[in-house]
Amino acid sequence: MNSTVTTGAETSVWGGGNQPLGASYGKLMMWFFLVSDALTFSGFLAAYGFSRFKFIETWPIADEVFTHVPFFHGNYPMIYVAFMTFILIMSSVTMVLAVDAGHKMKKNAVIWYMFATIIGGAIFVGSQAWEWGTFIKGDHGALETKGGRILQFVKADSGERASLSDFAITIPDERVEHERKNGVWFYQEKALTSFSLNEVIEGFKADPNILIRTELINEEGEKTLLDRQASLLKLADATQVVEGANLIHNEYGSRLFADFFFFITGFHGFHVFSGVVINIIIFFNVILGTYERRGHYEMVEKIGLYWHFVDLVWVFVFTFFYLV
Amino acid sequence: MAHGHKLEIFRGLVKFKSNTQKIWGVLAFLTFITAIEVVLGIIKPVSMTDTYFLGMKVLNWIFIILTLVKAYYIAWDFMHLRDEKPSLRRAIVWTPIFLVIYLVFILLVEADYIYNVYKDGFVSWNF
Repeated sequence: MNSTVTTGAETSVWGGGNQPLGASYGKLMMWFFLVSDALTFSGFLAAYGFSRFKFIETWPIADEVFTHVPFFHGNYPMIYVAFMTFILIMSSVTMVLAVDAGHKMKKNAVIWYMFATIIGGAIFVGSQAWEWGTFIKGDHGALETKGGRILQFVKADSGERASLSDFAITIPDERVEHERKNGVWFYQEKALTSFSLNEVIEGFKADPNILIRTELINEEGEKTLLDRQASLLKLADATQVVEGANLIHNEYGSRLFADFFFFITGFHGFHVFSGVVINIIIFFNVILGTYERRGHYEMVEKIGLYWHFVDLVWVFVFTFFYLV
Repeated sequence: MAHGHKLEIFRGLVKFKSNTQKIWGVLAFLTFITAIEVVLGIIKPVSMTDTYFLGMKVLNWIFIILTLVKAYYIAWDFMHLRDEKPSLRRAIVWTPIFLVIYLVFILLVEADYIYNVYKDGFVSWNF
């Protein structure tokens, strides 16, 4: 005798094929991934906040760091990043339109919307690469002191930033870059800066119009400008010339700023890049009619979730890196 | 999704006829918010940078709140959380929010403490 009483309702609950949260297996797994990825990004941004609060008085001001727009000269803080944000939101829109067209089984619409999404993603990654390049190349150049602090230069009359090339003088000397081929052993040194420390110091002494700006942020929320006397005193602390930014030296100020910039935008850019690649794969699947034959476009919906997530993360990166 | 989309945003204040229309409406709203952020970021109104709330400039609070608003509409309308079951939505949203608030609280308080150690300690960092 069978001790279990089976009712019709129970068979349908335990019989398989149920979706407990009303979402399919694939979508649920995508959400699992997105939540864990969101926590990873939160960890990075929280670490950024930690370092920033730790050095709250000397942290670089993003408006003064990201001031360039491709093909234009001049000082345009934030404009290009705002453009990038808009591009990413726009590609999110075409993605959600593709998902919508997929629900209606409109194959051609899905193809075109996905194509637009891929283009938007590519523009974003390209912009990100350009931004990295500009950041690495640097802007005005600066000096680094023994304690690792950055000294930047400002023109006293106009208040504008002064580049090293504006005032450094050329002193002929014997210092040449050591190359791999000249050594007894196979090592080479880093590329020499365009001016030596001595040239910058002598140039500074010769030009009374140049002042030093320290990392310290004053009460008006601007970097502290030293007067000529204090500048000359401060100059004695300098140990090397810094041009551009890398993981060790950063002419814009705190090196941690550069480290986090490379790490967080790099990790995000990698997400966008993977998103573009996956989008391309699914784009071809749509063209080949894979989902048409399958009877539904859920795959487009899943990559759509990922793509919106990347957009979502960028919204936060934009705020915490460029605005706040 | 077999079931239909919920086609209203702002708690029913704005209603759309189709999902496509809603998407464009949300885009307009997100663009508008981004524009506000950028303009505020360029102008930096003194009244907002001078006043502090909970140790942070009011302007920064505005940026963070606007960001959360944007995040809400991206998640709710682009990622269709609005159309999911409340149980799924809550599991997805509240888990990270809880953990992030916890982490941020701990890290920022700790960072502020270290800042004070650097500042008041007898070691010079600026040389």
